[in-house]
Amino acid sequence: MPEIFSPARIEHLKRLIQFVAGHAETAGFAIHRIKEIELAAEEVLVNIFNYAYPDMAGDVSITCRAENGRLILEFSDTGVPFNILDVPAPDVTADIHNRRVGGLGVFLVREMSDEAWYRREGDRNILRLIFHKHRQGAEGQERTGEVQKIERRVVQHGRDRIRTG
Amino acid sequence: MEIKNTGREKDRFIIAVSGRMDAVTASEFETRLLEWINRGEIHLIVDLGELEYISSAGLRSILTIAKNLKAKQGEIVLCSLRDTVKEVFEISGFSTIIPICESVDAAIKEI
Repeated sequence: MPEIFSPARIEHLKRLIQFVAGHAETAGFAIHRIKEIELAAEEVLVNIFNYAYPDMAGDVSITCRAENGRLILEFSDTGVPFNILDVPAPDVTADIHNRRVGGLGVFLVREMSDEAWYRREGDRNILRLIFHKHRQGAEGQERTGEVQKIERRVVQHGRDRIRTG
Repeated sequence: MEIKNTGREKDRFIIAVSGRMDAVTASEFETRLLEWINRGEIHLIVDLGELEYISSAGLRSILTIAKNLKAKQGEIVLCSLRDTVKEVFEISGFSTIIPICESVDAAIKEI
């Protein structure tokens, strides 16, 4: 199974994203969906870069697998025990004065992926993200055993650019 | 990511951003716009026609700039958002707090 291993630092972001994008393309995902996958990956990785290793350097790894038309990514780090999916969603209806930026990255991870699962294995945080060829969004997504119905805004833009094969 | 001033129209300062606005490049966007703002350019039109990707880091920088301008009685309008970028704006609720136009021409007409 393809895997990439890297120090958890921002200067490696591009290379890590390219790894993910390359596999998504090989698996036949359309450009628009690949960008959504890149976005989810970036948000996960930047969270690890910023928060996983407050006192020392650390690493991150990503495994990538295509199965039944889905792309399955697993992000792993040995940093501070942390379930990114526990971060509360931002208020996306707040006006500009009240709008805060906290939680936006995690929100986008949930919106862009079709399933998100967190587990802890020994000293590792492992986040599994599953992507279908077309984004189904956060509706009906299960997080650590809890089923949550999150209101999903239907966005039709961009769905017409489908590349087959 | 590239950022450049592409013109001026009716006291609006027009900026074009191309490439990707992500955790690596977003701070550069903020720095460059603040330079212009601090030189008195507080009425901005930002053409995103060549921006192919934006992450939460980019949204954060845009929000910082928008709040900065609002405090100075200025404003920012974003134009020509492309598919994924537009989607991210809508999903995150940013399309309701930052003015968005279909094109630079449309933004200028609305002045």
